[in-house]
Amino acid sequence: MSVDILTERKRKSLRLFGLLVVLAAASIVVTQYDIGKGFTSLVKAFVWGLSNFYPSGASLSKLPDILKKLWETFLISIASTVSASPFALFLAFMGSRTTRAHGALTAAARGIGSFFRNMPLVAWAMILMLAFSQSSLTGFLALFLGSFGFLVRAFMEVLDEVDPGLIEALKAAGAPYYSIIFRVVLPASAPQIVSWLLFMIETNIRDATLVGFLTGTGIGFAFDVYYKSFNYHAASLVVIVTVVLVIALETGSNAIRRVIL
Amino acid sequence: MWATVAALAAITAYGLFTLDSNGVNIPDAIGETLRNFRTIFLHPESRRLSAGAAAWELLLTVAQAILITLFSGLVSLGLGLLGARNLAPKPLTQAIKAVIAVVRAIPSILWVLIFAVAAGLGSTAAVLGLSMHSIGYLTKAYAESFESLDYGVVEALQAVGANWWQIVFQAVLPSSSTYLLSWTFLRFEMNFTNVVAMGAAAGAAGIGFDLFMASSLYFDLGELGLITYFVLAFAILLEIVAIRVKAVLKER
Amino acid sequence: MAVLEIHNLTKYYKAHLALDDVSLKLRSGEIVAVIGRSGAGKTTLLRCVNRMIEPSSGRIEFEGVDIRRLGRSALREYRTHIGMIFQHFNLVPRQTVMENVLNGRLGHKSTLAGIAGIYSADEHSMARSVLEQLDLADQAEKRCDQLSGGQKQRVGIARALVQEPRLILCDEPIASLDPRSAKAIMDYLFRISRKMDISILINLHQVDVAIKYADRIVGIREGCVVFDGDPKNLKKRKVAEIYGCDVDDIHFEDSTGGDAMFN
Repeated sequence: MSVDILTERKRKSLRLFGLLVVLAAASIVVTQYDIGKGFTSLVKAFVWGLSNFYPSGASLSKLPDILKKLWETFLISIASTVSASPFALFLAFMGSRTTRAHGALTAAARGIGSFFRNMPLVAWAMILMLAFSQSSLTGFLALFLGSFGFLVRAFMEVLDEVDPGLIEALKAAGAPYYSIIFRVVLPASAPQIVSWLLFMIETNIRDATLVGFLTGTGIGFAFDVYYKSFNYHAASLVVIVTVVLVIALETGSNAIRRVIL
Repeated sequence: MWATVAALAAITAYGLFTLDSNGVNIPDAIGETLRNFRTIFLHPESRRLSAGAAAWELLLTVAQAILITLFSGLVSLGLGLLGARNLAPKPLTQAIKAVIAVVRAIPSILWVLIFAVAAGLGSTAAVLGLSMHSIGYLTKAYAESFESLDYGVVEALQAVGANWWQIVFQAVLPSSSTYLLSWTFLRFEMNFTNVVAMGAAAGAAGIGFDLFMASSLYFDLGELGLITYFVLAFAILLEIVAIRVKAVLKER
Repeated sequence: MAVLEIHNLTKYYKAHLALDDVSLKLRSGEIVAVIGRSGAGKTTLLRCVNRMIEPSSGRIEFEGVDIRRLGRSALREYRTHIGMIFQHFNLVPRQTVMENVLNGRLGHKSTLAGIAGIYSADEHSMARSVLEQLDLADQAEKRCDQLSGGQKQRVGIARALVQEPRLILCDEPIASLDPRSAKAIMDYLFRISRKMDISILINLHQVDVAIKYADRIVGIREGCVVFDGDPKNLKKRKVAEIYGCDVDDIHFEDSTGGDAMFN
């Protein structure tokens, strides 16, 4: 009897494994992916990287320019996140189970949130560029819209987790809706909200690089320029300062989280 | 906490104030963008790209996302086991975590371009470059899943004389499989978006490249709308599946 | 014949002395209970025996072999002869009872067979008979996270038994169980030891339980053995010394009594 159970379990694992193999095979066929080329490129890229992709003395003279671009990216990441957050918070209040005012409003809020979250960042960038041309403003707006979508969901989950007992208690005491929100819900969830803000900023630094690459601004553009002019030493310097900034932000955010959470 | 919020607000104010709009007349641009939105979302059209072709391009994008997810998942499984504090010696776990943090900190577009030097711009470079970032993410997630396991179970199997491989396959993986699967699926969603992005930015095959062509080359708003709808529909579908998957896994 | 002999075992955690020159012997089929306050070194002592914790100095002999000299694979082989039972059971929650019991055989298997979870018919029938002995036969296909605490501990015992051990180490096996299940578990352990001639070294919190079931009691205080002898000779005054409290605070009757549950 128990022998059957074991084989059943093993059959399940095998089925999952088989499914993954089929998926991989199908994907390789569909994309006509050349595995051989993939692996040789992998090796080639590492060999090339070690022999060419490091900063040289000459590239250090570009450092002030690079840092200026990095500063631009840093500002845009924070500005887009922070300015998107009040709008996201408002929508999250509409959509959250604990704080919602009206059923239809909730559905609408969740729908809007889902739309903005699933709309790819590049699509925003491409569409905005048509009118705003290549500028920092375009990058800011694209990140603003992308952050808005992500934050709506994150904030909604935070608000959902606020103890409904707290709200019930105040409702029972006859407190009006807005005072419940400002006196109870917001203070109870503020640390998590700030934590998500910090997370969004970290993510936006990376995404800003991509958007900058498309919109010709910030650190992404700096990389593009050096890369296309085969100045790989300077390009590697861009990578290094980006890594330093991202890791510094991560470390800083974690330190702040330890204090506030 | 309020100090953090105040600091962020101050940086934001400064950032907005110094934002370079490149001489664009902002009200005009907003008006134009809104008009564009109307065309894009209300009048999607297929001119160069038929709906069937768009579906194929979408499939191509998904297939690349699957390849990236499976390849990086496999590598991350190994690295995650070696990077988990309760399963590997400390110097090794610290080394892996440090390398992984750097790999993760490099934006995926830069990874793709670095690989493009060796492989040329296109799908090969995109798959390899995005895999790097995906490995950075999944290794961290997997290692943390393993670390959250009850150490007693590992200890119990050590006490019966089981070796490392047996402990991994009989205790660690069965206990953490649901976490691994939901992290992997989450990453698949991200990889899909990333492949779209690399199509637009680094010439990877798929719907992202069409997006780029429609907007930057042809300025074809109708087609841009069609493509956007395809991507959006698939992303929402993935999100719904992800919620289902999570619910099912939670039950098991 | 002595199954286990410990000579002058000492364990330091950095500067902290956890075990101080501990010596004790365990004869075949004997049940020895180790009592003492939490932090006295009971768990460290137990874990030094199968080298889950590395001793700082001293000799540990299992059937005449100095186990401190064993290399990695010899240590694994040695551990297969020793069962271990934990306070928190330490079962794989998402595996079935049967799978958890068979995990006890892993040390006897090749790496590959262990990875794939391939067990022989003999091993299956052995696991089934062990489950029957522990009155778990009808639970074999249940997942372990659906069992009660007492049932989980029985699975833990079953996992130890399929190892065909000559010694079982029990680390506070009943500390997280209700009194009824605790008594049942102690009865199972007692019967197993007598019937199969398996020695048991058991850490216990409750003095009355130790007195009722053990052939010998070892009292540990701050890493030192302060009592080693027949339960009959364990007087209130000694217990007070082991636990570092007043004689008046000791609530059990010398040698005979115990609380109602354990009679």
